[in-house]
Amino acid sequence: MMAFDLVPLFPELFLAVTGMAHLIIGVWRGNHSTHFIFWASAATYVAAALILMGVSWGDAIVLNGMFKFDNFAGFMKLIILLGLLASAALSVKYLDDEGVSRFEYPVLMTFAGIGMMLMVSANNLLALYMALELQSLSLYVLAAFRRGSLQSAEAGVKYFSLGALSSGMILFGISLIYGYTGTLDYGTLSATLLPMQSIPVGITFGLVFLLAGLAFKISAVPFHMWTPDVYQGAPTSVTAFFAIVPKIAAMGLIMRLLFEPFAPVSGQWDQIVWFLSAASMMVGAFAAIVQENIKRLLAYSSIGNMGYALIGIAAVSSTGAGAVVLYLLIYLIMTSGVFAVVLSMRRNGKAVENISDLAGLSQTQPMLAYTMAILMFSMSGIPPMAGFFGKLVIFQAAVDAQMYVLAVLGVVTSVVAAYYYLRIIKVMFFDTPAPAFDGALPFARRAVLTLSVVFVLGFVLRPSLAIVIAKNAAGALFAG
Amino acid sequence: MAPQDLLIEYLPILIFMIIALGISGAMVLGSILVARQKPDPEKNSAYECGFDAFGDARNKFDVRFYLVTLLFIIFDLEIAFLFPWAISLKGIGVFGFWSMVVFLGVLTVGFIYEWKKGALEWE
Repeated sequence: MMAFDLVPLFPELFLAVTGMAHLIIGVWRGNHSTHFIFWASAATYVAAALILMGVSWGDAIVLNGMFKFDNFAGFMKLIILLGLLASAALSVKYLDDEGVSRFEYPVLMTFAGIGMMLMVSANNLLALYMALELQSLSLYVLAAFRRGSLQSAEAGVKYFSLGALSSGMILFGISLIYGYTGTLDYGTLSATLLPMQSIPVGITFGLVFLLAGLAFKISAVPFHMWTPDVYQGAPTSVTAFFAIVPKIAAMGLIMRLLFEPFAPVSGQWDQIVWFLSAASMMVGAFAAIVQENIKRLLAYSSIGNMGYALIGIAAVSSTGAGAVVLYLLIYLIMTSGVFAVVLSMRRNGKAVENISDLAGLSQTQPMLAYTMAILMFSMSGIPPMAGFFGKLVIFQAAVDAQMYVLAVLGVVTSVVAAYYYLRIIKVMFFDTPAPAFDGALPFARRAVLTLSVVFVLGFVLRPSLAIVIAKNAAGALFAG
Repeated sequence: MAPQDLLIEYLPILIFMIIALGISGAMVLGSILVARQKPDPEKNSAYECGFDAFGDARNKFDVRFYLVTLLFIIFDLEIAFLFPWAISLKGIGVFGFWSMVVFLGVLTVGFIYEWKKGALEWE
């Protein structure tokens, strides 16, 4: 079974080689080449997705067990590439406008993307850690990308120090697990844990530390403190990137970790996930009510959304896992659209970030206001938008697993969350208009926005299609 | 393998740590007890790095020191990989050889980047 089979990793290898080539081209031609490298990177993501679809999607063990390729990994990688493409398209014009258009930005995105794609196929705790760090280190730099701005530097330092802390916790957890089981390999780990009559307390401890560190990465409550500050301080295009892609990769990583090696000890972790989920949903709903800055609001919204996604994991079932995958896909597409609007909030050549700046948008820029309204309806889970189906399958999985408390809590918090989503609509349509925003949307941003809205509205026509695909992908986790 | 057997395997490391602590402790204690102590400012000053070892950590100094240190770490790591690789090259064969060449290639890309960016120039 063990084999050095590199073929399933071709998409990552391709990204790595082109990423390095872009770095060299960029450093030779300077920042004039930023646009070229952006579009070259976007083309690379498309090419990597094509390569990914070209390789065989059967189960395969890669690099002597370090990575595993299956339906789940393949589908998650496709979602990640989609997110990378969307955030690259969103970033180009914004960086120009802000005067921080440097060629390292797309290269860092590519490297973070490689890390994220490796995260969802990690099959060994060491591979997990290495992939996570490759992703995180690129993200730290991106958070502080606008060097001259105090806020951006603060965001970078805050993200870095808390990220380093969480990495430390993950490593400590891994070392405990290794100490008590003598292995880092997922397969051997579950084989070791399965026959155990009672679980040594050290393994539980290690698992708790590992989960706490990973909860930092998906910003689940109570490990969410960095999120609002980093979201607010980082350049908005970076915030968009943070909100869209890394969460999805980290969720994929957590799902594989909990459903494969630690499936035999699910009694040890389901309460933790239960609590993370309940707390995230509540903080995400209640703390967002008082926010005035739209980036902070979206930070709390993403915390809440991770809470909903965690319900599906707490359900410990193949239906639940399928629901999480579908939820993440819908979340990614909705968030891309919302950030396309947020990135367009510029007045007199400067970015504005307050919710009150959206006042009367329906009169100054009706198209933008209507698309934002559709996305907000979808985010709050109002049928027939895509967001409704995402929540529906999640709650269905919770009810199937007889987790009524979590399901009720989810419904209640989404009602609370609906308040602040609908408030944005109210501000846009019923408040006295603020001065108009600058100019029209650039082509790439308009494309992302249009596709996002089309998906959100069109999902209702063939909901079973995406639901079945997501379920099949997640089924791979429960096959073995 | 039961967990206890696994921990037994680490016993040599524990013994090694105890011996290391013992020897280094004996050296420090011995020099305090036996040797003549005649400190002067030159002897007490920090060796080589140029910073006061017991002062306030928050003093100003050139950020370029950090840059040099970071660049140094890359090549430090490279050496740490190259030594065992060179010694065991016979055992790991062609595959091992090319693995290291790929690693060096990636490192070279980083090196070209920092060179072109001017990170190696002091001014």
